[in-house]
Amino acid sequence: MNIAELQKKLVAAAQAKPLDNRVPYAFEKRIMARLAPAARLDPWMLWSGALWRAAAPCVAIMLLALTWSFFEAGTDKSSVALDVALENTVLAATDTTGEAW
Amino acid sequence: MADSEAMEQTEAELIAAVLDGDTARFEPLVVKYQPRVFATARRYARRESEVEDIVQEVFIKAFQRLASFRSDAPFEHWLMRIAVRTCYDFLRAHQRNRESSFSELTTDETDWLDRYAAEPSSAGEDEDAARRLIERVLEQLPLEARLVITLLEIEERSIKEIAELTGWSIPVVKIRAFRARAAMRKCLARTTVKKYL
Repeated sequence: MNIAELQKKLVAAAQAKPLDNRVPYAFEKRIMARLAPAARLDPWMLWSGALWRAAAPCVAIMLLALTWSFFEAGTDKSSVALDVALENTVLAATDTTGEAW
Repeated sequence: MADSEAMEQTEAELIAAVLDGDTARFEPLVVKYQPRVFATARRYARRESEVEDIVQEVFIKAFQRLASFRSDAPFEHWLMRIAVRTCYDFLRAHQRNRESSFSELTTDETDWLDRYAAEPSSAGEDEDAARRLIERVLEQLPLEARLVITLLEIEERSIKEIAELTGWSIPVVKIRAFRARAAMRKCLARTTVKKYL
């Protein structure tokens, strides 16, 4: 069987099929009914929707940062403890004054 | 009254009015182009409910993207681009549901193939069986191949037009057309070898 000829014949059959452009009754009304809510989009709704969508990535980033700082604090032994560093900074002026006298 | 006034307006005026917030002015555009969009959708979907869903989606997308329409090209071309891409998305979403196969040929279709095998001129291309057979063949093809064969062979569009409609580059369309024809021949060969050899 000649496949190329069969292919041509079947394509010709598809071309010969008349275009079916029937439209269901009042279909445009259905589309317009769907468009009305889309046209009345509230910008505040869009804003709150965007905030909600952003919430999950923000929580994920926070958790990652928390985990990272936790492990970083555990491995970093050379740094001075935060409370000692704060105390040194606050009392630095009085220490210096005492030495001068 | 309002409808007849709207019909008298040019497309550009209607589009400008819709963009200014007058949603009702979109209706004459829907009325004018829906037969064309229905005809396109029926090439890719069989069930009438699916066809209606495709057409509805096309017009909703057109409405939502109307601001991106540039009036230097006809509105119909822009709309048909949305229609073809929506049909492609539909095929992609339903590609796993391709149910028909050549093992399920009807008596008419088998008879048509038998007549073609015996004497090619005795099997007419204007017969319903031939049309149903080509639909089956198209359903068997990968979706890009189906889209290309429909646009290139059945609708007889140029490569450039297909590139514009699909958003593919011209070389990509040419490659896909070559592969689509080969896939179609392979599909037909598989059937006929199984049946006649």
